[in-house]
Amino acid sequence: MADALPQEAHVPAHGAGHGHGHGEQNFFMKYLWSTDHKMIAFQYMFTGMALAMIGAFMAYVFRMQLAFPGHSVPGYGVVTPNNYNALITNHGSIMIFWVAMPVLIAGFGNFLIPLMIGADDMVFPRINRLSYQIFLLSALVLVASLFVQNGGFGGAWTAYPPLSAVQKYNLTPIGASMWVIAVALEFVAFLLGGINFIVTSMNSRTRGMKAFDTPIVIWTIVIASILFMASVGPLIAGAVMLIFDQLLGTSFYDPNRGGDPILWQHLFWFFGHPEVYVVLFPAVGIVAEIITVFARKKLFAYKTVIFTFIATGILSFFVWAHHQFVAGIDPRMANVFTVTTVLISIPIAEMMFVYIATLYGGSITFASPMLWALAFIGEFLIGGVTGIYLGASGLDIYFHDTYFVVAHFHYTFFPIAIIATFAGITFWFPKMFGRMMNETWNKVHFWGTIIPFNGIFIPLFFLGAAGEHRRIFDYSSFPHLATPELQMLRILATVSLIVMLLFQPIFIINFVMSAIRGKKAEKNPWKSNTLEWTADSPPPHGNWAEMPVCYRGPYEYHVPGRAEDYWPQNLPPDAQEAH
Amino acid sequence: MIGWIAQIEYFVPRASSYAGDTDRLFWLITVLVGVWFIAAEAMFFWLIFRFRARPGVPGQYITGKEKHLKRWVNWPHSLILICDVIIIVAAVRVWVNVKQTLPPPDLRIRVVAQQWAWTFTDPGPDGQLDTPDDVRTTDELHLLNGKTYHFLLESKDVLHSFFVPAFRLKQDAIPGRIYTGWFRTQRTGSYDILCAEICGMGHGVMGAKLVVEEAPQHAAWLAAHKMDAALAALNTPPPPADTTKTAAPPAVTH
Repeated sequence: MADALPQEAHVPAHGAGHGHGHGEQNFFMKYLWSTDHKMIAFQYMFTGMALAMIGAFMAYVFRMQLAFPGHSVPGYGVVTPNNYNALITNHGSIMIFWVAMPVLIAGFGNFLIPLMIGADDMVFPRINRLSYQIFLLSALVLVASLFVQNGGFGGAWTAYPPLSAVQKYNLTPIGASMWVIAVALEFVAFLLGGINFIVTSMNSRTRGMKAFDTPIVIWTIVIASILFMASVGPLIAGAVMLIFDQLLGTSFYDPNRGGDPILWQHLFWFFGHPEVYVVLFPAVGIVAEIITVFARKKLFAYKTVIFTFIATGILSFFVWAHHQFVAGIDPRMANVFTVTTVLISIPIAEMMFVYIATLYGGSITFASPMLWALAFIGEFLIGGVTGIYLGASGLDIYFHDTYFVVAHFHYTFFPIAIIATFAGITFWFPKMFGRMMNETWNKVHFWGTIIPFNGIFIPLFFLGAAGEHRRIFDYSSFPHLATPELQMLRILATVSLIVMLLFQPIFIINFVMSAIRGKKAEKNPWKSNTLEWTADSPPPHGNWAEMPVCYRGPYEYHVPGRAEDYWPQNLPPDAQEAH
Repeated sequence: MIGWIAQIEYFVPRASSYAGDTDRLFWLITVLVGVWFIAAEAMFFWLIFRFRARPGVPGQYITGKEKHLKRWVNWPHSLILICDVIIIVAAVRVWVNVKQTLPPPDLRIRVVAQQWAWTFTDPGPDGQLDTPDDVRTTDELHLLNGKTYHFLLESKDVLHSFFVPAFRLKQDAIPGRIYTGWFRTQRTGSYDILCAEICGMGHGVMGAKLVVEEAPQHAAWLAAHKMDAALAALNTPPPPADTTKTAAPPAVTH
């Protein structure tokens, strides 16, 4: 492998004549108008975290309403039915489109891709900046939509017409249109970001780094970007038709005038289901990086993992109608989609098995990033197996649109958007800010998040099994759902949520204080192999003075015959060792 | 505690002929995925414990290509495929029975959803829908026990979903279409009818009461309702019985 390397020294791509200078910059250019991939990553990450707080507050308000219906919620007031619908709709939209997407794909993707493949920046830095600016605009439009006349859109994050398309049905004419516009803008932002991720990963890998030498997280972000780009087109078309229906009086979805409401469901879920994997993949990529470092172990079957991602990604385009089993589609179609849906358990189970097998023969230490990564596997398994209940068409007749679904997808999305994010932040914090986080407070925060998380969502499985349907602001209208036993479960979930939220300031304070005053971090505090750990902490604009050269794959831990238990990708091979 | 969990399971009585099939499918899946879930989690925690860092014990170098280790992934993998096939077959059997077949009906009812109420049309004493003796009720549905029903489901405005947990039945109502489905009642009692698709401001109160009763009670209820209807008819003349309504295309309303 080393023979194939050109012999001349590598010249960094960011020379004097390069489009964006790397010299001293004023505050505005450095923090707000930057083309530096790391700064754009922080912009995405902090915007996502700010919106996560809004989304979490919404969850607090509607869970309080469910536990104590009709009572004034401290910090919000009395929740009306329209408030409730707007809260659940925007909680879902925010957490998926404005938290999971920006933090996991755009945040970690921007930060990690150039650093892990040994590039000085993204190939299209200005498109990257534009991507964030459009994303910020979309977030502002969404937040503003909550404060317009008649309030925010309340037709659920799936926005099924005719409810979403017709003003007299949804009663939120302005909020509904702003919601669709915000979502469409957000998609434009991620299309631009995705172009950058794919092109950069394919073209800017440093000398010696072959495709199968790149860390798993790079693969997952690239595959996720491809999935996103391939699936989002139909939904953008659908969103434009929805805006036309709302504002221009067209009738793409209005059955009274020749339209079809089911059309939207197909377009939405053709995007919506791959979207699940778009956010899942970066999360499992982050977990792969962390478990290999803290188990001091080579990833079990690197190529198999990549093929499971590709197989899952392809299969994910053929499962969308499992969201529509009882929507009035031809019932024979359900048989096809139940087969594809249940079969997706094969690559996903393989992925989980490979991760668990990676622990075999390791030497595992339990720093907080590892705790988060292990928690991801343990909790995501629950989300995975409960998906089988819903993919089985005959049982989905009962479970569709009940709290069983809510509990199921929170057991996938919470590990993805929250657990994997905390794993990634605690792991790369030293590289991001050049300082270590406080480990004790990280562990307190970990247990204070994980235990209540299960307390929130396990009761929801039981509520769903009891037939509790979704998006209801008060169950007192339904005698069989208004029993004291079920109300106890609702209160248990709400109390757990409040406990979990009370632990979050610990993380925020620890984050801020460590970034300012934490212990100085070395270049490679976790003794990791991947290239980002060879840059300074934090890396300067341009990342390396001299670009690193890659000699081997990313997971060479405990290689026999070496004194050190790790073997960084950039170390030249010893002369006598055959690699 | 166990009794309490059992209570949750029996919270929703099995009031239709296929409710038992659905519940058996639930338990089949629970057993199959439960075994895998427990095995995976047990292996996961055991490996974490067994291979925790200990001084003097280095980690191993394993690529994942070793046959004796790879089988620990490949065997479970093949077994999962077998479980998948079992689950798919069981799920499709329930599905085909509930959604893809239409046994001959004893009676037919009409279910109309709108923001935010359910309207039910009972065929009345003659057992025929769309005849003058039909009984129309709002937010209350009375059914005979032990009968096979066809329901004609429609919506007047947005999507709704006709959800009867005790029947293990859910079906979206789509404006502009009439969906025909079936169920067979098998247990008397009073149950909830819910709207399971978000339908606007009143979604949270869009419920109805379902009463499954024996013939004498049903006849008494019909008679009482005929009386009410007759009294109401004195004040407002009823719309003409329109038997072509179901087949006609929806009216243009703008």
